[in-house]
Amino acid sequence: MSYKGFERLLMVLVCTLVMVFACQNVFAQEAAAEATEEEAFDAGPFIIEHVIDSYGWHICGDGDKSVTIPLPIILIDDGHFVVFMSNKLHHGEAAYNGYAMGWGDNKGTIVKLDGNFADYTGHLEEGETYENHVCKWDISITKNVCALFISLILITCIFLSVAKRYKEHPNEVPSGLQALVEPVIVFLQDEVITPSLGCKSNKYAPYLLTLFFFIFLNNMLGIIPIFPGGANLTGNIAVTGILALITFFVTTFSSGKEYWVDIFNTPGVPWWLKFPLPIMPLVETIGIFTKPFVLMVRLFANITAGHIITLAFVSLIFIFGQMNPAIGLAVSPVSIFFYIFMGLMELLVAFIQAFVFTLLSAMYIGMAIGEEGIHEEEAAMVEAK
Amino acid sequence: MELIKPSFGLIFWMLIGFGILFFILAKFAWPIITNGIAARNKKIADQLEEAAKIHEEMESLNKKHEEMMVQAKAERDALLAEARKVSEEMYDKAKQKAAAESQAMIEDAKKAIYFEKMKAITDAKNAIANFSIDIAQKLIAEELTDREKQEKLVEKWMEDCHFN
Repeated sequence: MSYKGFERLLMVLVCTLVMVFACQNVFAQEAAAEATEEEAFDAGPFIIEHVIDSYGWHICGDGDKSVTIPLPIILIDDGHFVVFMSNKLHHGEAAYNGYAMGWGDNKGTIVKLDGNFADYTGHLEEGETYENHVCKWDISITKNVCALFISLILITCIFLSVAKRYKEHPNEVPSGLQALVEPVIVFLQDEVITPSLGCKSNKYAPYLLTLFFFIFLNNMLGIIPIFPGGANLTGNIAVTGILALITFFVTTFSSGKEYWVDIFNTPGVPWWLKFPLPIMPLVETIGIFTKPFVLMVRLFANITAGHIITLAFVSLIFIFGQMNPAIGLAVSPVSIFFYIFMGLMELLVAFIQAFVFTLLSAMYIGMAIGEEGIHEEEAAMVEAK
Repeated sequence: MELIKPSFGLIFWMLIGFGILFFILAKFAWPIITNGIAARNKKIADQLEEAAKIHEEMESLNKKHEEMMVQAKAERDALLAEARKVSEEMYDKAKQKAAAESQAMIEDAKKAIYFEKMKAITDAKNAIANFSIDIAQKLIAEELTDREKQEKLVEKWMEDCHFN
């Protein structure tokens, strides 16, 4: 991309960010004004609410006036599929056919009311106690699942169209999406996949490329504060956990003899660390599991922390506005400045974290295959040539 | 706590979704894209190599051409020199031949003159002899009257008759 093009893109990005933040500032001030009338603003729950998953996709507004996209709730209860839209629950204030939003320890899950309220539909009174149990098999299309689907469609469309372009215009100068995506693919291949995996690159490149673009796109979508974006998908431990788990399985199943020898009979370590007390094998065995665990936590923590900080800067306006609207107004430019700064930082983090996750996955897989595995094949390839 | 509690639904959908995404991309996107990039890289590399080869060839052709030019020049010079030499030789030969011919002609002329002279002398001798005989006849006829006188006369004539 030319310098001018990049500058234009940056301008658009900054303008969008400023507009979005300005909008949020207006909402924030409205909310702050409401808060002084109704209840005190608590930043903690406000932030957590924005970071975690939810059953509806909140667009704007508060309480009854809020605009929320209802999403389907799908439960498997006693072998039956139960499907209804999330707006039936009125943000947890009502029950539908005995199903309600959990509270207390069960907050964030769907519960089934027991006893008299087993098929109850209607408002739930505050202060009353309802016997309930958590629905275990909950495969609702939550905000994050919805965001997942959107991102899947987006990635599929992007890469199928790019692949089509390669197919229809082979050996031509890349253009459009292809030109945007190709440098990244080439970068990953040259800097991440090939150095770690050698000649086994072709086997694992599809997984690693999918991984990178999935994480990167979802990180980027997570930064956009309004609908299709705004869901904290890669800042969700279930998502990062699954990605780490897949890497774990890929690593384990592609492991060679060398990998297990390194673990159970670590070379270059004094014998008394292995016998009679198998300290090193123990450490190495734990290491098998800590690697994916760290992958999971790193991505989750980085993305979530970014969102929490940006939300905290917004909350500052609420908090100061609560003291005095004038102070809130005075603080807002500072808050917005830091918000923008963090937004830009998150852009960087979005790439870095996707890159790091992919790089480490590639390195773990490369380590599991072992130097020998990679070099043997290389030697064979050289011979074949 | 909710933040670090993975929900079953998301795990379920994530596994399915990511699985499908991986399947689709691994089947219909990545091989085509990576092969496309590799093929283009190879093509570019090949063309660069070819260009370098052509450049090399051009250079060698140029060199050859220059060499040929130098050789041709040398050949031309040699030819010219030879031609000059041949013409000079021819000129010399012609000159010598002309000289020899003129010499021969002079010799011939000299010989002819000599012969003519000798012939003239012989003729003159004969004529003189004839004259003398005639004179002698006349004298004899006249002088035969006196024997002594005749003899003296003959002697005198004989003495006077010196041929060169």
